Amino acid sequence: MAAISWLVATVAAIRAETPRVKTISLNVPGWTSHRAGQHVDVRLTAADGYQAERSYSIASAPTGQPLIDLTVERVPDGEVSPFLIDELRLGDRFEVRGPIGGYFVRDPAAVDPLLLIAGGSGIVPLMAMIRDRSKVMSRVPCTLLYSSRTPDDVIYATELHQLAQSGDGLRIIDTFTRVQPPGWTGYARRIDMAMISEVLETTGRKAQAFVCGPTPLVESAAEALVGLGLSPGQIKTERFGPSGG
Amino acid sequence: MAEPPVTRGFVGRRRTPDQGKRVPPGQYVTTDFPVLSAGPTPHTPLDRWTLTVEGLVAAPKSWSWQEFQALPSRDFVVDISCVTKWTRLDMRWHGVSVDTLLESVDLDKSAAFVIAYSDGGYTTNLPLADVVNDQAFVAYGYDGAPMTPEHGGPARLVVPHLYFWKSAKWIRGLRIVDRDQPGFWESFGYHNRGDPWLEERYSGD
Amino acid sequence: MDDQYTLDANAVGGMLMEIFGSDMTSVPSQCTHCGNVAQVGSLRAYGLNGPGVVLRCSICTEIVIRLVRRADGGFLVDARGASYLRL
Repeated sequence: MAAISWLVATVAAIRAETPRVKTISLNVPGWTSHRAGQHVDVRLTAADGYQAERSYSIASAPTGQPLIDLTVERVPDGEVSPFLIDELRLGDRFEVRGPIGGYFVRDPAAVDPLLLIAGGSGIVPLMAMIRDRSKVMSRVPCTLLYSSRTPDDVIYATELHQLAQSGDGLRIIDTFTRVQPPGWTGYARRIDMAMISEVLETTGRKAQAFVCGPTPLVESAAEALVGLGLSPGQIKTERFGPSGG
Repeated sequence: MAEPPVTRGFVGRRRTPDQGKRVPPGQYVTTDFPVLSAGPTPHTPLDRWTLTVEGLVAAPKSWSWQEFQALPSRDFVVDISCVTKWTRLDMRWHGVSVDTLLESVDLDKSAAFVIAYSDGGYTTNLPLADVVNDQAFVAYGYDGAPMTPEHGGPARLVVPHLYFWKSAKWIRGLRIVDRDQPGFWESFGYHNRGDPWLEERYSGD
Repeated sequence: MDDQYTLDANAVGGMLMEIFGSDMTSVPSQCTHCGNVAQVGSLRAYGLNGPGVVLRCSICTEIVIRLVRRADGGFLVDARGASYLRL
């Protein structure tokens, strides 16, 4: 009767994204399709029956296949993410349930310009939106404002660069808060109101905004967007927090 | 329902208790200090902070932060068990015994229970008998440093022999009553007393 | 409200789905305390690793919904803080 049940997932591929981040591709028989922005609950079971549960955003666009990608950041001293990053191998099995969340999702047919604001691994659900937009060949203007600590911490760097080169209306604006690339002339600070104001000048105030990242980044970005005249209905947020790693 | 598959190599962070009779049943030992909150972290300025004992007392008594700091205090090294199944051993707190606070008031003969109340609206209820005789203290230091807001600072109640939800963070007072009144979690499925050795987790346990 | 231990209720969407049988994160709810109407997924979630989950209004911070998972696998739901859920 349950509208949501645990499914057994098998690890089909593992890809390093950054020194602290990996993408885990899962084969999930019984998976029903998802929407960009949704997440799954992951449940690991130890040999003695002990279980640990966490939520991870789906990084891949819906494909119609029972395959999903999860991108996981290693939380120092965490319980689950260090296992997923350091120990997990091809063929290993654990449980997932989902897709979850009809709130932080974007309809790929929407026509309003898209403003995506990401901090660190907050890029993951937004990447699903970017991939979905590209997959359906949308030309809706889309701007990604992406805050990373250092250039080495940029997740999906190569793919984002390629998509931005494709000329379909995707624009990427990086800010590096700790270490900048040599000769960098772009933003080198935390996302703030002045930065969002400049970005909105090209995006326009009709944009639908999705903000995902650590709670302080989400709070300040959402406040800035409201302060710059967007209505609360135009802003969707997802906070990534230290809920156990 | 099928058994969940064992994830190869996963053991989790918990450690199987090998402490003999020291760890309550169903608990695992951790070296973390998880942050558990039912709401936003309050940031009451110390110059506006008071601790009050009120209710069935001859006259209510309040201490300012300075007055509270001047009360006799000491280190308490205790084991803490959370209803979410972690136990942490030898946590070193610094604070004031509840006995010291109660010595400053004249308790009414009908006094039988204590409602601890906190900034942010959290409450928890305790039999008076569970907070006297040096069984409970109001801590403002942890591990040699002032108590951080996320762990309940500036001051929290600590009742080590009961599950940790009884140790109200951000405490502002104790209300002495004659009849028991279930608090935030006790009124919502959790056990009224919460003794980890009896695994009093849920109401009805 | 800048509190690093706050998440959005979207994070407990799986638990809500388990309880209610369908997605709750996009369901509008009205806060009994201040009248604000917001999708459940935008409420602030506390206590994800504690005794129970507390969902609070993002405007007035009062409690809208409390959820406790019982030992028998069932749930207790206290929705006194929601004057309605538009299902």
